[in-house]
Amino acid sequence: MSAQTLAAPSYYEIDLPHYRKRQAVNWAAFLLTGVCAALTISILFFILGYLVYHGFSSLNWDFFTKLPKPVGELGGGMANAIVGTFKLLGLATLVGVPVGFLGGVYLSEYGHNKIGFMVRYAADILNGVPSIVMGIFAYTVVVLPMGHFSALAGGFALGVMMIPIAVRSTEEFLRVVPHSVREAGFALGLPEWKVISFIVIPTAAKGLITGILLDLARVAGETAPLLFTAFGNRFWANGWMEPIASLPVMIYTYAIAPYDDWHRQSWAAALVLMMLVFITSLTARILLRERR
Amino acid sequence: MSSKGWGDVLFKNVTLLFSLSIFILTAWIGWELFKNSKLPMEKFGFSFLWDQVWDPVQEEYGVLPFIYGTIVSSILALLIAVPLGLGVAIYLYELAPPRIGNIIGFLTELLAAIPSVVYGLIGVFVLVPIMRKAGAPYGVGMLTAGIILSIMILPFIATISREIFKTVPQTLKESAMSLGATRWEVLKLVTLPFSFSGVLGSIFLALGRALGETMAVTMVIGNRPEIKFSLFEPGYTMAAVIANEFTEATSDLYVQTLIQVGLVLFAITIIVNGIARYLIYKVAKEAEVVA
Repeated sequence: MSAQTLAAPSYYEIDLPHYRKRQAVNWAAFLLTGVCAALTISILFFILGYLVYHGFSSLNWDFFTKLPKPVGELGGGMANAIVGTFKLLGLATLVGVPVGFLGGVYLSEYGHNKIGFMVRYAADILNGVPSIVMGIFAYTVVVLPMGHFSALAGGFALGVMMIPIAVRSTEEFLRVVPHSVREAGFALGLPEWKVISFIVIPTAAKGLITGILLDLARVAGETAPLLFTAFGNRFWANGWMEPIASLPVMIYTYAIAPYDDWHRQSWAAALVLMMLVFITSLTARILLRERR
Repeated sequence: MSSKGWGDVLFKNVTLLFSLSIFILTAWIGWELFKNSKLPMEKFGFSFLWDQVWDPVQEEYGVLPFIYGTIVSSILALLIAVPLGLGVAIYLYELAPPRIGNIIGFLTELLAAIPSVVYGLIGVFVLVPIMRKAGAPYGVGMLTAGIILSIMILPFIATISREIFKTVPQTLKESAMSLGATRWEVLKLVTLPFSFSGVLGSIFLALGRALGETMAVTMVIGNRPEIKFSLFEPGYTMAAVIANEFTEATSDLYVQTLIQVGLVLFAITIIVNGIARYLIYKVAKEAEVVA
């Protein structure tokens, strides 16, 4: 920093105009990057502000407690979609977390080899597969054999999406458990699997929960994989074998419908979904900060 | 150390099995998509890839308009997101004081946390009217989709590039500074060349997201299966046609053609993400060697 602000003494034969030009380019370029950052942040604030403004004015008690009204009638709410989203997320956790967790344990504890590298690579690639493709997969695996849309299929689709991230985050958080902690266990004569299960994993518990919360926050807003798995439902779903409503799908169907009252509810649903996602990731971040 | 007991062997192999499930899952997805798209494969072969007519009523299923729309909207998104995202990454890496950098970094990541359908909602009710005023006859269209997509993929470029910049050894930068280079020159002559493949990797990663992005695009691109060269005209993407028509598809051939579109999308994103991750890993390794 200081090197640039030093004025060049004139007795050094410095090409002053050239020097000034270089300085000008330096400042102009960095100013431009600052503008990029400012623009990005303003876009975020605009989106959030717009969402809060339209969402809050559209929210009311009915939204949380009532079922959707038939087409043409004003009012009603999305109680079933809110519950549906939580049910789908619960099911997704059951599907995705055990697989991802155990896979991640391998990567962190034994995965310093070629297999570990390949699994990491594959997990990162699988993470980039579009969610709509995961929806088709769940459709062919669950919906086709059953013959109808179901909450089960939607939960399965979201659960599969959670696996790659669960693997990676489990590995990451188990890795940071210090060697000395493991060695203390070995010194007591414990076998490796007991050291991992009863010392390493409990030590990393907060981190592991953080990982799961972030994973959940990511799939909570997914719409595409639910369109033809969980489908949607204007009533309460009876059990896991029936189509079920969810907030993201409701936002979509209400947004593209031609009714003003549905648009209003779509904003309200978007705000509620957004708060759900933010609160989840914020909780995760707070947990992480305490750990450090 | 004593020899390993049966508990250790069992534990290791069970966890190994679960980590291998990633491969099994990937292969399974590919197999299911392939198995359930046999009808159109038998009927059209590969010609569906360059057939331009999409007319389910006449049972004509050419997916070229979707491939065109997917590629054009993604490239538009990159044209906006790459300069903007790199700008943010450079600002965060070079200029921002640590505390402000952390906040702006966090806010940029928040953009990635906003669900696709919420972007779509903003797109429909905010961006589309603006585009209509700007001269797009319908408001919806290729450019509208490109703009929304660019905001969605920007965080990937910004945050990953920033991490990549951090791997540049300080000694390299200091040697350039000691020769009298300005900070911008250090960035241009040392940091960017050193981290080039990683930055490219972040761009590929963003491209992968853009290619498969569904809801936001479906809501603003106009969903018309035609190849139009004006960016103001409506288009259609592979992901969007699956989202829109899957539940309405009446015949087996129709459904299976959509699954086949999914298969193409699956293959493309596997390749693009494979390249992206390779490029990013490569930089991380180089940094270890030099540092």
